[in-house]
Amino acid sequence: MLGLGAARLEADMNRLMALLFHQGVLDEQFMQLQQLQDESSPNFVSEVISIYFRESEKLLKNLRSLLADRECTDYTKIGIHLNQLMGSSSSIGAKRVRTVCLAFRAASEHSNWSGCLRLLEVLEHEYCYLKTKLHELFQMEQHRVMAAGARYHPALS
Amino acid sequence: MGGEFTEEADMEVLPSMWPEDIGSEARKQFNMEQPGANRDMLEDVTIKEDPSVVDFKRLLELTNYSEKGSSQLTYLVKHWEYRHTNAVRLLNEELNILSKQRQEVELKKLEILEEHRFEDDKHAGSKRPVSILEEACDVWGRVPRKRNDVAAYNRNLDIDAEYDTAMYWKQRALQLEKMLQETIKREDALMQKLLENIKNLETQSSPVEELSQILKRADNFLHFILQTAPVVIGHQDKELRYRFIYNHFPRLEEEDIIGKTDEEIFSGAGVKEIQDFKREVLERGSPAKREIKFDTPLFGSKTFLIYVEPVFSKAGDTIGVNYMGMDVTDQVARRERMAKLREEIAVQKAKETELNKTIHITEETMRAKQMLATMSHEIRSPLTGVVGMAEILGTTKLDREQRQLLDVMLSSGDLVLQLINDILDLSKVESGAMKLEDTKFRPREVVRHVLQTAAASLKKELMLEGHVADDVPVEVIGDVLRIRQILTNLISNAIKFTHEGKVGINLHAVSKQCPGCQERHNQGLTAALQSTRLAKENSSETQSYIDRESSHCSTCQNNLDQNSTEKHHLTNEDTEKHNQQYEKIVWLRCEVYDTGIGIPEKALPSLFKKYMQASADHARKYGGTGLGLAICKQLVELMGGNLTVTSKEHCGSTFTFVLPCKVPSKRENSDDHDENEAISDSEITADSSSDEINGSFVFKPLTRGTLFSSDGSMVCKTKLFGSSMLDALHISNGLSESDSYSSNDCTSRKRLSSDRVSAISDAKKMQAEPKGPAQQSLGHNVNDFGRINKRDEGCQDSTNGFVMHKFDSSIMDSSRTQRNTGLQQGKMASSERANMAESVKSLPTCQSPTHEKEDTCMSDGSSFKILLVEDNKINVMVAQSMMRQLGHRIDVVNNGLEAIRALQRSHYDLIFMDVCMPVMDGMQATRLIRSFEENGYWDASVTNGNDHTMTSSDSLTHGPDAGQSRKRIPIIAMTANSLAESAADCLANGMDSFVSKPVTFQNLKQCLKQYLPC
Repeated sequence: MLGLGAARLEADMNRLMALLFHQGVLDEQFMQLQQLQDESSPNFVSEVISIYFRESEKLLKNLRSLLADRECTDYTKIGIHLNQLMGSSSSIGAKRVRTVCLAFRAASEHSNWSGCLRLLEVLEHEYCYLKTKLHELFQMEQHRVMAAGARYHPALS
Repeated sequence: MGGEFTEEADMEVLPSMWPEDIGSEARKQFNMEQPGANRDMLEDVTIKEDPSVVDFKRLLELTNYSEKGSSQLTYLVKHWEYRHTNAVRLLNEELNILSKQRQEVELKKLEILEEHRFEDDKHAGSKRPVSILEEACDVWGRVPRKRNDVAAYNRNLDIDAEYDTAMYWKQRALQLEKMLQETIKREDALMQKLLENIKNLETQSSPVEELSQILKRADNFLHFILQTAPVVIGHQDKELRYRFIYNHFPRLEEEDIIGKTDEEIFSGAGVKEIQDFKREVLERGSPAKREIKFDTPLFGSKTFLIYVEPVFSKAGDTIGVNYMGMDVTDQVARRERMAKLREEIAVQKAKETELNKTIHITEETMRAKQMLATMSHEIRSPLTGVVGMAEILGTTKLDREQRQLLDVMLSSGDLVLQLINDILDLSKVESGAMKLEDTKFRPREVVRHVLQTAAASLKKELMLEGHVADDVPVEVIGDVLRIRQILTNLISNAIKFTHEGKVGINLHAVSKQCPGCQERHNQGLTAALQSTRLAKENSSETQSYIDRESSHCSTCQNNLDQNSTEKHHLTNEDTEKHNQQYEKIVWLRCEVYDTGIGIPEKALPSLFKKYMQASADHARKYGGTGLGLAICKQLVELMGGNLTVTSKEHCGSTFTFVLPCKVPSKRENSDDHDENEAISDSEITADSSSDEINGSFVFKPLTRGTLFSSDGSMVCKTKLFGSSMLDALHISNGLSESDSYSSNDCTSRKRLSSDRVSAISDAKKMQAEPKGPAQQSLGHNVNDFGRINKRDEGCQDSTNGFVMHKFDSSIMDSSRTQRNTGLQQGKMASSERANMAESVKSLPTCQSPTHEKEDTCMSDGSSFKILLVEDNKINVMVAQSMMRQLGHRIDVVNNGLEAIRALQRSHYDLIFMDVCMPVMDGMQATRLIRSFEENGYWDASVTNGNDHTMTSSDSLTHGPDAGQSRKRIPIIAMTANSLAESAADCLANGMDSFVSKPVTFQNLKQCLKQYLPC
């Protein structure tokens, strides 16, 4: 039964991944990330992603506070933050977050405060969506590993 | 009772003293105080009566004859009469009242008398009814006293009661009689007074007096009002001679005006107009207003608002005009200014909208550009995946057929990449962002290569031919990539629309003196020099490779010393020569002809338009985006040339473009022999059908299905493909994609075979196998020979600034195992590593331990020290992991400054540098590193307070050798921006290449292959 669960979980995972790819939430860079995961670093993807979330949350918080006051908004700082977020997002393959970042950066370059604020909201939305979905994915992955472990290495479970 | 009449009269005292036609409206234009009520006010005011000049006789006439005047008089008289009638009526009224009173009183008296006659007795000694009137007349007060007196008197008189009673009534009657008489007297007095009053009233004032008084008063008021008003009021008779004028601006005396016309008084602009205007009013008989601009010597330039009304006689004829003028100069000026301002505002607004539109368009363009960059990236990254996977597939064990298929797959992939770049190019040309890169290239080879490429993918039975005339220089300078692009586009178009016959290229020089050519030449010169500089840098780099290589190569050993010194010499000379280069311009005319379906004449005009094809039918039948010709035309025009087409339907088309190209100096051409030799070398092995020396090439049609068979044309094809790679190396500057492609190829070849000798032979075998065993061995030998030649050529090439190291690296690789022997002879070599390895032995004290470590690292052979400069944790993790999988160890630092510290600490073979970083960005760090490599010391800004300053200053003290031989570390930028501008920035700042983020296995691998000699 546990073995079957593993297979089902894998199918579910693939479905979810396919959905995310189809929606453009993720791109092939995420596959590259998964390729990097091997025996020497079994949790590589989830480690990277959790660091990504940690960093991104900080950046989003900073962005929110930077945009708090319309009069004294430091657009250069926003640009730096966005570059950071964009860099890491493209590295993990978070395509939609990256696209929003691009638009956001363009808005910040034009010192368009209202546009920035709007895009920040979009960005937060995208980020939350990505986070939930990836969490879901990792949960499945965890279950799958456990199930697979139960199947192949009964001693470990 | 009479009070209300008095009030009425008061109200009517002065309803209006003015002519009816003036005061007829509800709102009176003239309202005047009652004379005498506040006379003081006017007396205080000084009224200048001077300005008004009156012709009194005329006034009299007017009042007598003009309708208005007479009606005015009549009214005044009427009013006076009415007032007096009113007074008479009032008095009569009063008289009536009085007589009525008298009658009443008499009636009363009679009543009383009657009463008392019958009630005499009852009244004795008792209360009597008292009349108010009697009391008021104080009659009764006297009577009782009198009665008392009378009583006493009566007692005295003895006949008291009787007499008294009779007497009493008698007396009373007498008294009443007296009262009556008094009343009558009073009445008479009143009557008399009334008569007197009437008389008085009659004599009080005459109407004329009153009229003149009123008129005077009105006149005073008028003066009071008008004295400061900037108006002119006047009356003119039928002949327009002034009869009356009130002028606020008195300049002229009475005699100057009265009886004269405007034209007689004034002169200048506007006078005639006003005269005509008045005449017009006079004729039309209706009042009118007009604004007239005067410019007279009398009062200068002024604008007046003139109101003119006609005056009619009783008979209804016009007898003159009244006119009124007001100075509105200021108002007019203000109005005009306002109008002008309004106009300006409108213009401003129009401009603003225009500007907004422009801004909007610019923003749109920027967005579109950004989108294009993003799009191209989006499309490219999956495609690189495909190509990369195909490459990886190439490293696996494949049989010949599979490999052929894979080759086609790879070239198609490259083609698609190129296509995407084309689309990006078109938008770049359109947005003006396209920059041309001037490089030296050989037109013959370009033509040949284009044909080869076309032949490689040819699926029809077509003859491909190329002819390059003798007058075309061997080398010219221009943007070879774009020229190739144009040629490839035109050729593939020609092939597409040609089903049988031939397709070809004619290239020859023309003597065309275009006016714009000199300009472009000058403008291009700086760019050319810059590219020369780049080429030089590359050449020195190449040189180090070659030196190293030759030092290891036992076969070249004999020539080594001589070679390297000579090369040094040449390089120096080269530098001097740069100043005299690129003087001449040659116009190249290129014709691409075919024997295809041709283009209908009506389709010619829209041929070069975007997304347009000759007809919808064609689009269906032949496919294509319709972008090709548009790109070609724009590129040609961008380069300063033009593209034309001639065509005959069903016979074929010829596309002709003329391009200006610079010709490098003579010295460059002197290398031709070697090149030609090299080319003929490769051609011997390649294909006898292509006559390179004469500049003519013919590619015979391939038969379908023979692609993988072992006949002659196959050999030709494969070989050509190989040599096309060679061309790419000749032509490109080490940055084109074909470069990395060929290096991939080389590496793959290397990987396939463990043995270095077989690395070459195997690769050759791959291409030569179809020739059959006998040819194969021959080809093999020739190839080997060619390889060696090629290497020599590479050495010489390097003096031209051509980069051969990519190709040579495979050979060098194969000779790497000979390093130990090479090292012994490598004393003169200027390669840093060789130098260092030497120094380890001879000068161990001078070398830092890092060098030793590096040496061991080197002997390892597969692992290089790579530095990653990146501040983004995620990117670091990903890149690190990728590198580990690729079998490389990397050091990571977080910004430019740390990178420099790391460089001071140890040696690195390759640096991946993020561009945007805190503290010090990638660009600055690269500049500093490059300046260190050039000068041998770090900029003061980075060595301050640095522990490792000593090391660097050490190396400085090592003398010129150390400084000169310091190797240029390849620095690869990592940029999130795939726009060409940032790529140009990277290169301008001394970076060797760039990978766009996110880094992928593919681009990492490509970089490593390209920049790590393994």
